[in-house]
Amino acid sequence: MINEVVQDEVPATGTVRRPRGRAIVVTSGKGGVGKTTTTANIGTALAVLGNTVVMVDADVGLRNLDIVLGLEARVRHHVLDVLEGKSTIEDALVSDKRVPKLRLLAAAQTREKDDVDTAAFRDLIGSLRDRFDFVLIDCPAGIEKGFVNAIAGADEAIVVCTPEVSAVRDADRVVGLLGDDRTVQLIVNRLRPALVRKGKMLSVEDVNDILHLPLLGVIAEAPDVIVSTNRGQPVALDPASEVGEAYRTIARRITGQDTAAPEIPREKTLFGKLFGGRS
Amino acid sequence: MIEFFNRLFGREPSSRTAKERLKLVLLSDHLSLAPDVVEALKHDLLEVISRYVEVDAANVDVSFEQREKQIAMLANIPILGMQKRPSPPPASTNGSSKRRKAAANGQAVPRRRRRKRQPLPPAPQPQLVQSLAQPT
Repeated sequence: MINEVVQDEVPATGTVRRPRGRAIVVTSGKGGVGKTTTTANIGTALAVLGNTVVMVDADVGLRNLDIVLGLEARVRHHVLDVLEGKSTIEDALVSDKRVPKLRLLAAAQTREKDDVDTAAFRDLIGSLRDRFDFVLIDCPAGIEKGFVNAIAGADEAIVVCTPEVSAVRDADRVVGLLGDDRTVQLIVNRLRPALVRKGKMLSVEDVNDILHLPLLGVIAEAPDVIVSTNRGQPVALDPASEVGEAYRTIARRITGQDTAAPEIPREKTLFGKLFGGRS
Repeated sequence: MIEFFNRLFGREPSSRTAKERLKLVLLSDHLSLAPDVVEALKHDLLEVISRYVEVDAANVDVSFEQREKQIAMLANIPILGMQKRPSPPPASTNGSSKRRKAAANGQAVPRRRRRKRQPLPPAPQPQLVQSLAQPT
């Protein structure tokens, strides 16, 4: 019943003439900086805003986007099934009861990144762009085949970076590999304003003095994210969460509905308020 | 307040150390990732030096060394003798084939490093060569 309702939200292939959707790859180079969480939340927030969104997990062999979204029990087919003709795109797309305009195309868990043909993957992203407003690609860590595949069909990139030397160095490398033909924007993830004030953590300004990228948003380190991932409920769906609001703001910036400069999270303590968050 | 104490005891915040280290390592990364740029630099360097002295081009070594607070360029250029007459600089034939090669292999194409070629300097001054020839 829900599935039928859901299916009406996203037009089937070739039924509607529409402008091509935007293909955005979420990447970082370094692992563990929050690419999957970022993809899940931005995709969810974009869909809540009324856009049709498909998230593609390009991390073949280490699939996680499904579990972060809480959709792991609904995955029947994956990207490689589609590429190898074992499943149609329609059958492989997983819908989300909570967000009717959202779809997930899961990665294959038991295969390797080298099994994916770059040109075929690029074509798949291309055909998804004909059907959805946004195609969000969750890129694997590293700069090998998995990365090359993930960025192949994307004309935009979001680089996720935490305020750590290793993450910044890897982000710089990835920006170099993304080339000059893609729009590249930065999300600084897991910022801890209190540490920044004490001079114990790189600030957003420090990070961007080095990367020189347009800043799309800043996400503070918050327990909400851990809890929401435990539950498989994207924090972007939590109206009370500040981090959720930060993701929703990022989504509005992506669509152009919000044009204000991204807000840098501040400390929430009284002490922080009295003495300011700058250092 | 913490910053004040840190300054008092001459200790810099670790975030500043992190930033300085990052700047250095990225400079070093960019140099090692741009062999064509380094080749062009080597070529131009030899071109200039060859106007004054005859160099052993086959045994030139240009490298970069990361030091505590800076990156140094080390050039080891064996000199065979003085140049009798300044020779005109040869036309540059250095092209970046790295991007094309990577694109043909279906790999990620490395970012194009913007490089502006300076116009070649005017013909060298004979007086300068003479003054260089004087033993100091």
